[in-house]
Amino acid sequence: MWLIMTALAAVIVTAIWYVKAPEDKYKLGWLSLFFWGSTLMWLVDHVIAYITEGGEFFEINLDATLLGVAVIVLALFVWEIVLLVSDPKGVLKKALRG
Amino acid sequence: MACFLVPMGEAIVATAVQKVVENREKKVGEEMTKNTGLSWSRKLSWLNKLLWGGTILLALEHVWHGEVVPWPPFLTAMENPADISPMLHEMATFGGAMAITITVVWGIMILVAELKAKAAMPKVKERPASGGA
Repeated sequence: MWLIMTALAAVIVTAIWYVKAPEDKYKLGWLSLFFWGSTLMWLVDHVIAYITEGGEFFEINLDATLLGVAVIVLALFVWEIVLLVSDPKGVLKKALRG
Repeated sequence: MACFLVPMGEAIVATAVQKVVENREKKVGEEMTKNTGLSWSRKLSWLNKLLWGGTILLALEHVWHGEVVPWPPFLTAMENPADISPMLHEMATFGGAMAITITVVWGIMILVAELKAKAAMPKVKERPASGGA
């Protein structure tokens, strides 16, 4: 389930990045690659596990769904830290100056 | 078990390479990017974002499943000697395949970007050599 949710997040963020491009003030390109990296890695993980161990390709249950939510929250959290550190709008600079 | 450690290793190396390339490009100036407009530091930054994104989110999944813990030896498979060999096997198969897939996808990305950038560049018309009657 977390693979589907991460892939969905990657597709949505990439679409928003494309609509806003070439401007990338809020680092949506960064977030999109972040999601795509994990989507690709989990896809490889699922494919190899399915071939070697069998069973269901997608794990669809409450635990897997909660993991999907946690993964998206962590990605957004890391993205927000990157945004705050780079501070493209200069909001923090202005706030700190008083 | 610990498959994400292989892409993480690649991410550490690629980040170091990106920093070195960035410094070189600053010294050389725009000369290195004048062919297509895409610098190698920018291309490497795409690889690093893919690798670090996958590594960080997969690390969370491993913590969620109890395969990584915040105390030594950090990997639960390391607590039992019988689990070490399967862990290394998993790192080689799953982790190796992940790292290769990300690198291949990145290779395709830069290939497409280079072709697009070259196609978008204004064509310089060749002028006949001046002079002569």
